Amino acid sequence: MSAAAGSATPASDEDHFRYVLRLADTSLVLGQRLSEWVGHAPALEEDLALGNIALDLIGEARLLLAHAGRIEGRGREEDQLAFLRDAPEFYNVALAEQPNGDFGATIVRQALLDAWQLELYHSLTASTDERLAEIAAKTLKECRYHWRFSCGWLVRLGDGTAESHARAQEALDALWRFTEELITPDALDVRMASCGIAPPLAVVRGRWETRIGAALGEATLLQPSSEHYPWHGKSGVHTEHLGHLLGEMQHLQRTYPGVTW
Amino acid sequence: MYTQALDSSGAEPGSPASAGEVERERRFQERIDRDEKIEPKDWMPQAYRQTLIRQIAQHAHSEIVGMLPEGNWITRAPTLRRKAVLIAKVQDEGGHGMYLYSAAETLGVSRGELIEQLLAGRAKYSSIFNYPTLTWADIGAIGWLVDGAAIMNQIPLCRCSYGPYARAMVRICKEESFHQRQGYEIMLTLARGTGAQREMAQDALNRWWWPSLMMFGPGDAESVHTAHSMRWKIKRFSNDELRQRFIDLTVPQAQFLDLAIPDPVLRWDEAAQHFITGPIDWSEFQTVLKGHGPCNRERLGARRAAHEAGRWVREAAAAYADKHRDRVGGAERHVQTV
Repeated sequence: MSAAAGSATPASDEDHFRYVLRLADTSLVLGQRLSEWVGHAPALEEDLALGNIALDLIGEARLLLAHAGRIEGRGREEDQLAFLRDAPEFYNVALAEQPNGDFGATIVRQALLDAWQLELYHSLTASTDERLAEIAAKTLKECRYHWRFSCGWLVRLGDGTAESHARAQEALDALWRFTEELITPDALDVRMASCGIAPPLAVVRGRWETRIGAALGEATLLQPSSEHYPWHGKSGVHTEHLGHLLGEMQHLQRTYPGVTW
Repeated sequence: MYTQALDSSGAEPGSPASAGEVERERRFQERIDRDEKIEPKDWMPQAYRQTLIRQIAQHAHSEIVGMLPEGNWITRAPTLRRKAVLIAKVQDEGGHGMYLYSAAETLGVSRGELIEQLLAGRAKYSSIFNYPTLTWADIGAIGWLVDGAAIMNQIPLCRCSYGPYARAMVRICKEESFHQRQGYEIMLTLARGTGAQREMAQDALNRWWWPSLMMFGPGDAESVHTAHSMRWKIKRFSNDELRQRFIDLTVPQAQFLDLAIPDPVLRWDEAAQHFITGPIDWSEFQTVLKGHGPCNRERLGARRAAHEAGRWVREAAAAYADKHRDRVGGAERHVQTV
């Protein structure tokens, strides 16, 4: 059931479920992407850090999926939600599903999302959904560490060698269009904000832009001009990459339905 | 994880150059005999140092290469809990690699040099990681058998005469013990599952049993360097003793799972109070050791690819550090948090 009781505009369970899935799927898909690095990172320290962040994200996704399942009230648990939905039923932001590319592309993707999650979860600690607020408080601590890592590397790569600068700038130029949906509210974001479950996205936008602007400046990277990109993963409209990611992730659950692992 | 054949290619004690050397070696051996720990700044025979560097490096390389076969299933783990546990486990292996490289560095060799040796194919790592992980059950079998064998090898190393190595092993053993239990728990779940899951579990046991027994290295009769390592208390039990302990502990665990050990002549010897296995195919061991196992090329290839692909990243970090050496904070300055 929705925990928004007492607010001016109660949320429908369908909206509430869908919104929590957005958060859960973003963490899950990003965690899955980062976990591809384990064993293959540029140095042992980075291997451990990327694995740690993947682990945090998957942990967040588990809490959020369990919460979403309770809101939905159909008895679906974390694994059914993670492994038995197809791509159009995933509501992660599309930036999270973009392939790892080189370490520079991974870091750019991570910094853009870490800064966003940091601001978003900071606001969500005041959610009228008490369980979501608890999860946000735990997640926020992890987001701080993630941002410390990704921002630190963004600056090192941007202001490192000519090659690292060029690679980071190229990744930023390629990924920037996917940031539109992070900071542009759709109808669901507006309804969630009106009942106090989520913050107004304009607040998150302002803080995110300030944070990213400062980091890009320090990294000597040029912020790309905004490009309208209305195909939003959070509405279930994804890039071609998500289907492959899910095909791999869901392989065993799909091949052996209904068994215990 | 662990490397087999610890004593292979071990350095021989050299001929002492002088009476002074003889005396120092005598006093060194007396310390070992009194079970004192040898620390990095203490005098030690060159052969002791070289044996340890080689052994610790092989062990560290095994941890790092060992991340690959298990990492192969992270993206396909069947539940989110299994995925999280597997990531944590593979990270533990990476962490073990780091402690071990650090322990080796106390002997006067850098991590960079050791990694170069690995990538150039001049250093060994455990042959077990040259086998493929083909199904999810392999993740269970590795935890149960490979980590189980590793623990058997490593617990005595917690009492190794070289202090930094012994201390690293204490922490590593605690984590390996957890890995072994989670591997066995995967096998138990599969063994109690559907027919397809049981088949998967049996197939994994069939493929990992013999390579796990080979992890203890050649039989004692073939193991020419054991005596030196024993005298220096780097090694405390022979390969065959450790292998037998592993067999005696593991066969009942397989019986509990109701899985068959793939050895038609395996029997319990009442008089000896041991399980007696059939002969180990050492020709397979030698084939894999010489680089012709199923995945030798892939494992080293993956390590080399990661190292090469990461070169520009390491160069960028070094360039940034050079540019900002005099500035306080550097990359940390914009890492403000809400």
